[in-house]
Amino acid sequence: MSDAVTIVTLPDQSTARIPKMSYLTKENGLLSWLLTGDHKRIAILYLISISFFFFIGGSLAGLIRLELLTPQSDLMATDTYNKVFSMHGIIMVFLFLVPSVPATIGNFLIPMMVGAKDLALPKINLLSWYLYIAAGIMVIYTMASGGVDTGWTFTTPLSTHYVNTHVITTGLAIFIAGFSSIFTGLNFIVTIHKMRAPGMTWFRLPLFVWSNYAASILMVLGTPVLAITLVLIVLERTVGIGVFDPTKGGDPLLFQHLFWFYSHPAVYIMILPGMGVISEVVSTFSRKRVFGYTAVAFSSVAIAVFGFFVWAHHMFIMGISNYAMLIFSLLTMLVAVPSAIKIFNWAFTLYKGSITFETPMLYAFGFMGLFTIGGMTGVFLGSSGTDIHLTETYFIVAHFHFVMVGGMLMAFLSGLHFWWPKMTGRMYPEKISQLAAVVTFIGFNLTFFPQFILGTLGMPRRYASYPPEFQILNVFSTAGASVLGVGYLLPVLYLTWSLKYGAIAGNNPWQATGLEWQVQSPPLTENFPEIPIVDHEAYDYEWLERQKENEVASVG
Amino acid sequence: MSHISPIIWQFLVKWMTNFALFPPEASKIAPQMDALYFFMVLISLIGLTIVILLITSFSILYSKKRHPVAVQIEGSTLLEATWTIIPLGLFLIMFVWGSLLYFRIYTPPANAMNIYVVGKQWMWKAEHPGGQHEINSLHVPTGRPIQLTIISQDVFHSFSIPAFRVKREAIPGRYTSVWFEPTVPGTYHLFCTQYCGTEHSHMIGDVVVLSPEDYKKWLEGSTSGASLAQNGERLFSSLSCTACHNARPDARGPSLASVYGSRLTLSNGQQITADDAYIREAILNPSQHTTQGYAPIMPTYQGQISEEGVIALVEYIKNLDSDYRVQQTTASTTLPPDNGGKTTRTPAPQGMVKQ
Repeated sequence: MSDAVTIVTLPDQSTARIPKMSYLTKENGLLSWLLTGDHKRIAILYLISISFFFFIGGSLAGLIRLELLTPQSDLMATDTYNKVFSMHGIIMVFLFLVPSVPATIGNFLIPMMVGAKDLALPKINLLSWYLYIAAGIMVIYTMASGGVDTGWTFTTPLSTHYVNTHVITTGLAIFIAGFSSIFTGLNFIVTIHKMRAPGMTWFRLPLFVWSNYAASILMVLGTPVLAITLVLIVLERTVGIGVFDPTKGGDPLLFQHLFWFYSHPAVYIMILPGMGVISEVVSTFSRKRVFGYTAVAFSSVAIAVFGFFVWAHHMFIMGISNYAMLIFSLLTMLVAVPSAIKIFNWAFTLYKGSITFETPMLYAFGFMGLFTIGGMTGVFLGSSGTDIHLTETYFIVAHFHFVMVGGMLMAFLSGLHFWWPKMTGRMYPEKISQLAAVVTFIGFNLTFFPQFILGTLGMPRRYASYPPEFQILNVFSTAGASVLGVGYLLPVLYLTWSLKYGAIAGNNPWQATGLEWQVQSPPLTENFPEIPIVDHEAYDYEWLERQKENEVASVG
Repeated sequence: MSHISPIIWQFLVKWMTNFALFPPEASKIAPQMDALYFFMVLISLIGLTIVILLITSFSILYSKKRHPVAVQIEGSTLLEATWTIIPLGLFLIMFVWGSLLYFRIYTPPANAMNIYVVGKQWMWKAEHPGGQHEINSLHVPTGRPIQLTIISQDVFHSFSIPAFRVKREAIPGRYTSVWFEPTVPGTYHLFCTQYCGTEHSHMIGDVVVLSPEDYKKWLEGSTSGASLAQNGERLFSSLSCTACHNARPDARGPSLASVYGSRLTLSNGQQITADDAYIREAILNPSQHTTQGYAPIMPTYQGQISEEGVIALVEYIKNLDSDYRVQQTTASTTLPPDNGGKTTRTPAPQGMVKQ
């Protein structure tokens, strides 16, 4: 046992000290951050920037909910409202959800989880952050100079011929953000293939790595299509090439196909890394190996593969042929199955575990409940008959917010709390963060559940004003949004507080099994003093126990 | 209840009295759609209950206090097969059921009454076969299948009637169709559900379902004097279509009598059925749609006729079952009118031809 294991287990939490040397203290000064090649520092840069954009997007969401408090469009003009929801969508999708887990938590952890010193291409990693920032600045510029009102979907011919807002700048911004995401995906794929530590076989990888791998494939293969589509939009607007213009022989439905060919897989880019977080958290806090590891690993890959062949379910009412509908509806049903498998596997991971209820676990429970609702309502929309009635209404808004916010954001917060001690070396305050998790859950349900009913009643999405009978449910939704806002502000406050005043975490406060937990917190720039040799499966808690005994034995 | 603020109180009372979970069922398809919808709600509730029960009961039974040492379990093929196959089976039921509904909603019966709908920023225009026009409203009778042929003049719109559970995208440059059979008289919402720009949320209207008698009265009361096909006929002659499509032996264009619904062979050898979409395309983009045996000399009318004008022409050609009317029209355009010349000299109705 002791001969193969080179991982140094440091003293436990009660006697832990913040290590003198870590990636945070190795170099100082702004330039050392802006020119870093360290995946952990880049992850922190990403974390700060995506949080910034999350709060811009969130404030816009607040404005939307305020406007919808009353049936008339009285807070702002309809044009302003259109810009607000467009910017909300663009910022949240392209600048928050797509990079959220992969570029922050994934960037920080994937090299450590596979037992590598860094990502395969550290400079590309930094470039990816700069591209993201360039895109972010362009989006901010767009907002400052009047915004864009096409919705995040850039539907032609509205976006090419009928609006006078900053479509080109926004389109180029997303084009650039796309490259940031391609580079991240590429980096992950190369790292996972080539830089695994000795003994780290594919089936010893933590499930977080598997799900990020699946998401990376989607990023690398899907994003170029979005990039091309946006270039075509820009060309159509500037020189009128007419690819999407029916009066020039173009086809506006072609745009829908191209756009959703990326944007449906993008949904999985957003959710898969979140699912990876949940696997880690559920396993750690129930002290048990993930139930059916292989099924969960392959379900990520299955989602990624099927995810590419379901895009036309966004177009059921747009006059695609009945037979195309049959195929896309069937494949949509198939892609729902791996998600169901995951939910049940996580639930059964709890079986005969030894469960504790720290904040990451509470968020994970929130994820499982909300994602189940989000997933099931997705089936309502995948079934073409009911899709006719429910699509383009608040039902769809509620559905994707359950998946994206109830699912992905919950997973992001779960992961952020879970790995916060590793990232910063300090614990977050437990009680208030549990409170925040509960407030978020309640606020979320109050905000988005009424929207399912609104959608079933027929209230269309993207309406600045609506018939008065829908007001009551909208009032509930707006009230919920304010609770949700509090739930999101709390972590910012106490996590910032914990940077200075949080309890010292020690290297493995959760007694988790991942390689990242076997080194000091915060880690050294090179992650491992020497490259570990892996001789155990993922989530092997017995191995961890033996490690501890071994440690005691060798110290004694 | 005096300690509750009167505003909140009023609000709650209003909510309790108006609370609805789904819109009124006012078409034949609505109860069928709702049956599938409630089946799915039921399955979702069962699924959600199972997940919640599993999580809470395991959380209680296997909390660290009660169960300090975890028992490692690798997995269970049987269990995993169960939760793969059961959801898959349920999803397949929903797929088949949903697809059946979809085919029903988008396959109009042959005897349906056709109403044309044009969407444009930001209004809906309906053109009834009897020549009635409506803006942001649609009058339909109960007990009769009604087909809507929808097109957009500018951007994507979407024609949605929640009470009928139907919706169809209005696409620029392409006809789409949907049908329904209203069952309950009343006034229902009509929404544009595809985001279409500034006034998207004001592109709404009413669908008025009338009993057959009331509908007849409405038809008589809102007639514009000429049927849609008659409007088309005026346009047909004012655009000089009769110069070629005049059914004379030496005509430069094919006769259009009974062309609707027939199989045509184009000059590139392609076989097509002349439906609404084809006729529209042949008017706007004739060089791509030349019938075999004729020279491609027809000029394009793209940008010269509004969508409503095209609809009138399509309706005219659809109803053209003999060459007699065309020849009459041609005769009266070349000769001075002696019998009042009803179909000539009348300027084309306003709005039909782009100015």
